Amino acid sequence: MSSSVALEQQFQERIDAEARIEPKDWMPDAYRKTLVRQISQHAHSEIVGMLPEGNWITRAPSLRRKLALLAKVQDEAGHGLYLYAAAETLGVERDDLLEELHEGKAKYSSIFNYPTLTWADIGAIGWLVDGAAIMNQVPLCRCSYGPYARAMVRICKEESFHQRQGYEIMLTLCRGTEVQKRMAQDALNRWWWPSLMMFGPNDADSKHTAQSMAWKIKRFTNDELRQRFVDVTVPQAEFLGLTLPDPELKWNEERGHYDFGPIDWDEFWNVVKGNGPCNKERIEARRKAYEAGAWVREAALAHAEKRRRRKEQSAQVA
Amino acid sequence: MDAHPGFPPALDYLLRLGDNALILGQRLGEWCGHGPVLEQDIALTNVALDLIGQARSWLTYAGELEGQGRDEDQLAFQRDAWDFRNLLLVEQPNGDFAHTIARQFFFDAFHHPLLEQLLHSTDRQVAAIAEKAIKEATYHLRYSSEWMIRLGDGTEESHRRMQTAVDDLWMYTGECCTPDEVDEAAHQSGMGASLTAVRKSWEERVKDILDQATLHRPEDDWMQSGGKQGRHTEHLGYILADMQFLQRAYPGMEW
Ligand SMILES: [Fe+2]
Ligand SMILES: [Fe+2]
Repeated sequence: MSSSVALEQQFQERIDAEARIEPKDWMPDAYRKTLVRQISQHAHSEIVGMLPEGNWITRAPSLRRKLALLAKVQDEAGHGLYLYAAAETLGVERDDLLEELHEGKAKYSSIFNYPTLTWADIGAIGWLVDGAAIMNQVPLCRCSYGPYARAMVRICKEESFHQRQGYEIMLTLCRGTEVQKRMAQDALNRWWWPSLMMFGPNDADSKHTAQSMAWKIKRFTNDELRQRFVDVTVPQAEFLGLTLPDPELKWNEERGHYDFGPIDWDEFWNVVKGNGPCNKERIEARRKAYEAGAWVREAALAHAEKRRRRKEQSAQVA
Repeated sequence: MDAHPGFPPALDYLLRLGDNALILGQRLGEWCGHGPVLEQDIALTNVALDLIGQARSWLTYAGELEGQGRDEDQLAFQRDAWDFRNLLLVEQPNGDFAHTIARQFFFDAFHHPLLEQLLHSTDRQVAAIAEKAIKEATYHLRYSSEWMIRLGDGTEESHRRMQTAVDDLWMYTGECCTPDEVDEAAHQSGMGASLTAVRKSWEERVKDILDQATLHRPEDDWMQSGGKQGRHTEHLGYILADMQFLQRAYPGMEW
């Protein structure tokens, strides 16, 4: 048996025994690559996700809501930071990952390529998008890669707060006037299907799932998580008095789950490919912020370097 | 006399405090998601969060003092520009990061000593709000001072940008420490600060930081003023159009 096969076998045994893999541990190249891809996509999703919600910060309808929204979008920036840091433990650099994002080579969650058109969208995103993110992310707290798992523990706490906050916005609207209720329904109509798409392609079409599950990066399949999301969300929509935009949605006694209609995968793949309503704006906004910030980052480095030299000089004099 | 009737001095004074925090917080909120680097995106949002929190305290108290049942949101979302009492400085656009930092520094160098004095206000509510706010303002002033120095004494480009920002904003710095009747009345009553003392601190701080930043202090030429009396630049109208949109389009609703 060649040594790399032996190493790989030992690695898999550790995974099977639920050991945590740490940055200095040996790991197969493919494991490392999968993690870099997944963690960086996740990090990009956090910072691109700041944009649709950031869109309503200046227009939040009360000072309390403005504070909550600012804090939420700021949390997402923090998530981006933790995740880029987790990715960096695998030997990549934040700047390189960002470059891939800006060049349109890296993926991020497609949901953020949809526009936020009314205030209710801020409620719907918190409720559904953060809700779906939690479904995806709670199992990641037990991911085999230590730094990723630990980042997810911190992130999940905040996501569940976001989810409650979003639901509370929806509840306030649904208990409000006719027009507010209409706003809430309209937002739900637009965000429901893209939220279901957040779990990724059906298991049969998901090329990474089997290996990721064997490596315990993933604990549940896309379809399992999607079903779980539908099951918890339907009663929440009922409580709000809103109608989910799916005529085929109904409780299946036999399965003990809700059945739901087919997802428009054509739309999904198109948005992934760059044809969503806001793909260009989102990337452009990120790229612009990064490029406009280049001189600031350079100045910070230059100043730190000047300081260091001055300190050295004064040490020599003394 | 203004065509529009003024507020009683104490109320006017509280609105100045609240509106400065609100409008600057609103401006900083525009950065969220667009910062030059993730860490500074987070830092600017922290300042925005603090300032909007302070605005809520000041405006709530202003509404109580007015006694007509207006709460923080009615004051924030249902006044027109001529009833806003913020400094012209804080409504100036974000510009590049240098303009944002210069605006922030000029404001913080005024805000911090102002709050320091308000700690001793005879109005206990004012003193209590100032006590909470000054902890935040201390951090803001340190943050903006450090960036003034970093950018002023960074690269050639950052120096040039920083100097341009300082020059552009200089004419809006005059009114912060120039007392009018409202400031005088508030000071005399024991509620408000002595702007003479605030000016002294502002001058010292600005000189010190500009020196460290290797930046040139512009000549004291003509200074713009009027924000405190409700005569604003064109920018405020757009800030309010954005900020007040929902409350104006759907009046009287709970959000
Ligand atoms: Fe997040
Ligand atoms: Fe979130």
